[in-house]
Amino acid sequence: MNYKAIVIGASTGGFYALKRLITALPGGFEFPILIVQHISSNSDNFMARYLDGISKLTVKEADEKEAILPGTVYIAPPNYHMLVEENFTIGLSTEEKIRYARPSIDVLFESAVYAYGNQLIGIVLTGANNDGSEGLLAIKKAGGLTIVQTPEQAEADMMPQSAIDLAKPDHILPIEGIAALLTSLDNNQKNSITT
Amino acid sequence: MNNLTDDTNQTINIEIDLILDAIFQKYGYDFRNYSRAHVKRRLLHRLAGSHFKSLSQMQHEVLYDPSFFQEILKDLSINVTEMFRDPKFYLALRSEIIPLLKTYPFIKVWHAGCSTGEEVYSFAIVLKEEGLYDRVQIYATDFNRTVLDIAKKGIYPINRIKEFTANYQQAGGKQSFSDYYMADYNSVIFDQSLKKNIVFAEHNLVTDSVFAEVNIIICRNVLIYFNRELQNKVFTLFTESLINGGFLCLGSKETLQFSQNAGLYDVLNAYEKLYKKRII
Repeated sequence: MNYKAIVIGASTGGFYALKRLITALPGGFEFPILIVQHISSNSDNFMARYLDGISKLTVKEADEKEAILPGTVYIAPPNYHMLVEENFTIGLSTEEKIRYARPSIDVLFESAVYAYGNQLIGIVLTGANNDGSEGLLAIKKAGGLTIVQTPEQAEADMMPQSAIDLAKPDHILPIEGIAALLTSLDNNQKNSITT
Repeated sequence: MNNLTDDTNQTINIEIDLILDAIFQKYGYDFRNYSRAHVKRRLLHRLAGSHFKSLSQMQHEVLYDPSFFQEILKDLSINVTEMFRDPKFYLALRSEIIPLLKTYPFIKVWHAGCSTGEEVYSFAIVLKEEGLYDRVQIYATDFNRTVLDIAKKGIYPINRIKEFTANYQQAGGKQSFSDYYMADYNSVIFDQSLKKNIVFAEHNLVTDSVFAEVNIIICRNVLIYFNRELQNKVFTLFTESLINGGFLCLGSKETLQFSQNAGLYDVLNAYEKLYKKRII
């Protein structure tokens, strides 16, 4: 299977989990990554700037209509939903909160399924709610690859557990395992394209 | 969401094209150049909560039942807002634009896409506190009559006041926020004097043209739903509506940067997206 993009959802404890995951990915990692981290509506773009500074990838807060490029990590801006358009650009929306969240993980995941079909990797990390479960199920049903952080390792286990119960993901892994899997998938794909 | 194959997704996309064409031809509302992911999400959400088996079946109802169309219209127009949304925008407005507006004897304001009015009243409060309200005329427009009616009333659910008050304080508010409204059990009504110089009117950014020459245009979180082509068209409409040296205020995630109009403006605040039309 050739994958085109990775979507990640995180909530409580997500900053630390994302920091460990993103910094574990090697330079030259090609899959674009789109992240929804639940965050207070009046926050600034600190997380994107911080991760950009300490990781080998380009990390930025997403802008509307921005083209989704390889090797780049896009973080949903506070107080906006982030969607993937079918021409592989980013859409933003201020529609109502979904399950008390804006940005919503489900909104990102479900729109990404329409854009990428089965060529999508979805990951649910730590959190104290059940956002992301429906979206991960949609990815699973479309034939994409689904991964959930091991609940025992997560700072808050409710969100990963909820995603496991609903979506029956392909992999349940700690952060290091997720990073290793993504890196090997990325390498395999690069090798298969060059040979 | 059902199992999705490329074939069913293609069929859904055809159905969306058809339903948007149907809406435009029958009712004159043009959503054909709206962000597709947004339109798709809203239409499929409506479909999932209905008894229809497909968007094609729903299209039949849209064409034959104007009241059902009104529901779809509500789905497609985003009317979620709050008072003093993005408090930092109002801080920037106070420090960077208000002092320049004070040099004019009379100020015309166009609040485009005002939705249910929360942000119009927010700006009216800022103008009042800055001593400018008595020499302004505010045109608050939206294409959706239902939300304009709410805006005109200026009545909002009381459970939102806590959030509004916190925003007001962070936005550089100079009074007690409760000075501006009267509360009863379930709702608050904003001070009638805030409405004195506001005209609420129907105007569609997609299909209507220039209606006044104004000093400042506020249009926040409307253009994110438009594709680039439509954004460009609206930027041209704004440029034609602004006086030389007039101000354009966009949402913090919107930008003039990619528009053919970009060269006609100076950037006053790149983060809060405040622009000043150049004097040509």
